[in-house]
Amino acid sequence: MAEDGPTPLERFLRGILPENPVYRQLLGMCPTLAVTNGMREAMTMAGAVTFVLLCANILISLIRHLLKPHLRILVFTLTIAAFVTIADRFLAAFLPEMSQKLGPYVPLIIVNCIIICRCEVCASKQSLPTAVADAVGQSIGFALALASIATVREVLGSGSWFGLELLPESIWPRWGIMLLPPGAFLTLGLLLGGANRLSSWRSAKRAPQTSQG
Amino acid sequence: MKNSYIGQAWLVLALSVSFGAALAGVETWLRPTIEANKLAATIRWIPRIVPGADARRSARAAPIVVTVGTGRNETPYDVFRALDYQGGQIGWVVRASGKGFADKIEVLIGLDARAETITGLSILDQKETPGLGNKIEKMGDKKHKGFLWQFRYHHPRAGRPLVVTTASPRKGEAGGANKIRAVAGATISSKSVCSIINEALSRPLREKLIAALATTTRKGPRRD
Repeated sequence: MAEDGPTPLERFLRGILPENPVYRQLLGMCPTLAVTNGMREAMTMAGAVTFVLLCANILISLIRHLLKPHLRILVFTLTIAAFVTIADRFLAAFLPEMSQKLGPYVPLIIVNCIIICRCEVCASKQSLPTAVADAVGQSIGFALALASIATVREVLGSGSWFGLELLPESIWPRWGIMLLPPGAFLTLGLLLGGANRLSSWRSAKRAPQTSQG
Repeated sequence: MKNSYIGQAWLVLALSVSFGAALAGVETWLRPTIEANKLAATIRWIPRIVPGADARRSARAAPIVVTVGTGRNETPYDVFRALDYQGGQIGWVVRASGKGFADKIEVLIGLDARAETITGLSILDQKETPGLGNKIEKMGDKKHKGFLWQFRYHHPRAGRPLVVTTASPRKGEAGGANKIRAVAGATISSKSVCSIINEALSRPLREKLIAALATTTRKGPRRD
């Protein structure tokens, strides 16, 4: 049975860059700003969001024909909350120090707009393979966005990456502000500006080709 | 049936029951591991909230459960012995919890051996508002004193209730050590921590700790 909307491959590719949740859709700003002071924290958060997004998309896609329009948001929230609780307990059991560091940001995935957005835009309307491809693509896009911000902040703020020292203190004086909230806003703003510049440059490059064709 | 409440909401009900069962299963499976992690964290904290305590020695002493209250008000507290490097008891660590602003707050209260003075405090688990309520976890330093500094260095009396204030107590003020300055922007979280401590360090609990100490002292310090 043919279905409307993008194919699984399109969904997957769009999530990584053209519809990147952070740089193009400006979703999931809370974890983007809060847990990107180190790569370890950022990647743990990306892993937790991937788990929740994948599970929620799979389940919502499977039950999409049973959803009542006026109850769909309730079903999305219920589903997301259940998977977030599972992710939270897993972290508390197997990565207790990381769970302590991330604190309330793991339960806050429940209100992460990326997940509810993907349930609404894709999973509740399209088949299982498309929903899975969408979840994987968006998760990779989210992980790349967190990694880019965390890399800048950790390298400039601590001189390290994933906790491994890259720049000794004798070479690089630590910019402590990069580990604090102002550093998160500055980095996000600059990288967002860079992403917009790149996007407009690519559009401008493509425009003459289109007019020629 | 189609337009009845059940007809409309059967999916929500079915999902709720399924998720409830799944979460109960996950909790049953992971709880022992989570509890073991908390125990390890508690042991690591003992030397920091009871000065002079030795983590290795203290880890060998089995924790005791002290029950306070009766009937519905019965509350069990896990209490850990803080031992010095020779095995002599120099204090206690009481694990207590209560309602915070956002969720449950779990604290470790360090006490001296006679359970008369608070020697330190640590926040074992909290999910308070990031940037505001979670500042209750901060120890700080001499220049920028955090919320926990007041417990670690001012040594409030365990027998008197802690009072939360918005201004720092004056130097030498009577009962000043028991006046705890709230974290700016997190008064509710600060009050929650103090009420958890006040509730935990009731007279019966301290009396039971003193009785337990007397029993240990008669037996002599552990030399294992």
